[in-house]
Amino acid sequence: MTVTDLVSYEDALASYDPVMGLEVHVELGTKTKMFCGCSTELKQDANSQTCPVCLGLPGALPVVNEIGVESAIKIGLALNCEIAEWCRFARKNYFYPDMPKNFQTSQYDEPIAYNGYLDVQLEDGEIFRVQIERAHMEEDTGKSTHVGGATGRIQGASHSLLDYNRAGIPLIEIVTKPIEGAGARAPEVAKAYVAELRELIKALGVSEARMEMGQMRCDVNLSLRPNGTETFGTRSETKNVNSLRSVERAARFEIQRHAAVLSSGGTIVQETRHFHEEDGSTTAGRIKDNAEDYRYFPEPDLVPVAPAREWVEELRRGLPELPRLRRKRLKEEWGVSEHDMQSILNAGAVDLIVATTDAGAPSDQARKWWMGELARNANETGRGLDALPITPVQVARVAELVTSGDLNDKLARQVIEGVLAGEGDPDTVVEKRGLKVVSDEGALSTAVDEAIAANAAIADKIRGGKVAAAGALVGAVMKATRGQADAARVRELILEKLGVEG
Amino acid sequence: MTDNSTIIKLTAAEIAAKIASGELTAVQVTEAHLARIDAVDEKVHAFLHVDREGALAQARAVDAKKAAGEKLGPLAGVPLALKDIFTTQDMPTTVGSKILEGWIPPYDATLTRKLKAADVVILGKTNMDEFAMGSSTENSAYGPTGNPWDLTRIPGGSGGGSSAALASYEAPLAIGTDTGGSIRQPAAVTGTVGVKPTYGGVSRYGMVAFSSSLDQGGPCARTVLDAALLHEVIAGHDPMDSTSIDAPVPPVVEAALGGSVEGMRVGVVKQFAGEGYQAGVVQRFNESVELLKSLGATVVELDCPSFDLALSAYYLIAPSECSSNLARFDAMRYGLRVGDDGTRSAEDVTALTREAGFGDEVKRRVILGTYALSSGYYDAYYGSAQKVRTLITQDFEKAFEKVDVIVSPTTPTTAFPIGERADDPMAMYLADLCTIPTNLAGNSAMSLPCGLAPEDGLPVGLQIIAPAMKDDRLYKVGAAVEAAFVEKWGHPLLEEAPSL
Repeated sequence: MTVTDLVSYEDALASYDPVMGLEVHVELGTKTKMFCGCSTELKQDANSQTCPVCLGLPGALPVVNEIGVESAIKIGLALNCEIAEWCRFARKNYFYPDMPKNFQTSQYDEPIAYNGYLDVQLEDGEIFRVQIERAHMEEDTGKSTHVGGATGRIQGASHSLLDYNRAGIPLIEIVTKPIEGAGARAPEVAKAYVAELRELIKALGVSEARMEMGQMRCDVNLSLRPNGTETFGTRSETKNVNSLRSVERAARFEIQRHAAVLSSGGTIVQETRHFHEEDGSTTAGRIKDNAEDYRYFPEPDLVPVAPAREWVEELRRGLPELPRLRRKRLKEEWGVSEHDMQSILNAGAVDLIVATTDAGAPSDQARKWWMGELARNANETGRGLDALPITPVQVARVAELVTSGDLNDKLARQVIEGVLAGEGDPDTVVEKRGLKVVSDEGALSTAVDEAIAANAAIADKIRGGKVAAAGALVGAVMKATRGQADAARVRELILEKLGVEG
Repeated sequence: MTDNSTIIKLTAAEIAAKIASGELTAVQVTEAHLARIDAVDEKVHAFLHVDREGALAQARAVDAKKAAGEKLGPLAGVPLALKDIFTTQDMPTTVGSKILEGWIPPYDATLTRKLKAADVVILGKTNMDEFAMGSSTENSAYGPTGNPWDLTRIPGGSGGGSSAALASYEAPLAIGTDTGGSIRQPAAVTGTVGVKPTYGGVSRYGMVAFSSSLDQGGPCARTVLDAALLHEVIAGHDPMDSTSIDAPVPPVVEAALGGSVEGMRVGVVKQFAGEGYQAGVVQRFNESVELLKSLGATVVELDCPSFDLALSAYYLIAPSECSSNLARFDAMRYGLRVGDDGTRSAEDVTALTREAGFGDEVKRRVILGTYALSSGYYDAYYGSAQKVRTLITQDFEKAFEKVDVIVSPTTPTTAFPIGERADDPMAMYLADLCTIPTNLAGNSAMSLPCGLAPEDGLPVGLQIIAPAMKDDRLYKVGAAVEAAFVEKWGHPLLEEAPSL
């Protein structure tokens, strides 16, 4: 790994002011591709989801996916953008083997949505407004796998494999205006923006926006200018930063790297950078010297897109509650702190908790399970919460059993463990494992009698008024019933039988 | 029993009628044309590929339908020569280029599907200028095609194979594509009929693109009615082509059956005259205008000043689009691959393949178009050309307020000798002077024979231009003119061609 000179983050910020531009690509969750009828399902056999259109065979022609346009408009509206009354696709001409036509069908100077903003909330509750330049429609490329080299990059590879299943999957590219004024919080703003955008995309139902699956990819453009100056410095473009944490780290690293170059009298090269997850560093990619000429021109194979105003307004009326406002409402309804709400968001638990309360659970119970036992399990098994094999309905059922006294917390944890282990739904697990709280008064009474008889000395102490000693007897009863008794009821019975007021 | 020499001279309408009545079988008709191809195509070289087995199988299927008492379509069993630019699952599709030599597409073009569905018998694929770039078919990577009127002359281009197949009686019907005149100019110089439908009238899906905003497939035939019958089969909205027009096909057959110019206003554009027009072409054109008057039309002179800029605009727009359309020929997925010896990079293999696989005219236009789209030049070249295109469209709109159709010579000269303009691109480009404005505006036009030029005895074409989606007017006027000429000559013009 190349050693890159860095200055400390604090030193960098003492002299320089970061300006960022974020470009986010979102793969839409349409059933079919942007310009043909091929399926968009991921992880299928290579090249099994292709046709003459997405392979760019001679003679094939594209036809626009209406749902793709609708999704783009929804995103534009949710980002407070203006929606074009008339716009065209454009061809972006460049050569790469995983791009079947050697041009990408995209949009150039006529994006479907433009001039918007997204308010994002920082950790401390402060709202930062990120201005949106545009959101435009385009198609994804195929995927190259370079084989035989050490790095997986094309350098040193013996050959490359091309898979065009991804070619033609609809993408929306969302580009911010230069983000200024964030200062030291620039990396945090970048992360919060991408996080908020992801929540928004998910809320709109246009994509699952899973960054780990490449459904949402972020490029971080960053430049520094000396504090107190206006002119932007030369930017670097860190490509394909694919997690929230990485977005923050990439911005932070680039601030430190730029500052080191600039403060030693050097100049920043306008280039793409590769981000490295393992140490959070970036390394140089392609030089971008503005000589790159994509020879854009309007795509003659597609008719212009002219969304009717009535349709746009209909889509606007159908927009869901925006995630930040929804979180604010939920925070109040649940009575949790800003910090707790942030943790719930970071854990990806908001929707799960809502679904659990919708299924009848009290919100504190729902939060407790998702943010406790289940979060721990997800963490340990390296899964997302929503990937756990338990549904909000099942969690709500566990909560219900606890409320009704059929389970105590300890037993409930075992039930959840059983559900996660695939033993069935909560009632089945309770049944199979025999986890019901012993509420049969007869059986319980016998157990209490036995415990009193076996611990005569302790029983005497209790009779003598030392009520605190009852704990030892409760423990004995719980042990005898393998934890399936309601501890509070056991205590009541003990005191009752010994003639002591609790 | 009708003999082969009679069968091949029948029109498509006559063949269809005789098959429907049982007087001829589709197999007989197909065999007669295959025999004709065997006899003359070595000299003419209209075909790049003849699908003997496929054609006979299709013909047998038609005969079986007939025997089973099924209703036959209006062109069932009629043989057709398909320009080698439409994809065919069962035949190679080369577009006249080495870069696609031997490529058998995995899918049929919409037009191919429609022909098959109409029980038309596809005899094979016809020669053409490489990627439809040219006006003489000399740019084919597979050698030139001869004009059946004089085999030392060009049959027009890019669809010279299709026009020559018609004029040599190898097929009664053919398909062409017209980006700047590639249906009409070959029709004109071979004494046949060719129609460029309204842009969007015939699906482009499966038609290998040269210039997407100008390309339009269309019918070629020896009579106006035959062209109309074929037009009706291939036209109509296609959900696979977003530029295809979602509206009913204009009533072209009805129009061809009811030819008349009585009371029509016919425009003559003053820009379609002057230097470069052969005297015999001008003479036959003027006679055609007189004929139209005698048939009851009113002639109106029109001024369309922007037409003078059409050729310049065309040679920026078409190369620009082609530079992008042809980028996909990179040796990665199909077609020719040169120099892939395991040591070369993908880029080098692409470069070597293109060097070997593309001809000079294709390279010339790709380079021209790449330049015209470059940043810093886009506005001056591509941008200005698009403005001219708008002006031309407006000139047509104004003209069609005054007239129902416009007429002009189809091309300024008769067929020129093979080789004469091969090294002079500008001279070659001038062949499309009168046809290009229609492509830029997207409206419809036809070329049909209007006599032989006295000085060389070669056919002259009359062009009729109609507004967009008024293709039926072409046939109404064309049928009237054709009938009047045939009456005057005593026979169809093609009868005067020397026998091969």
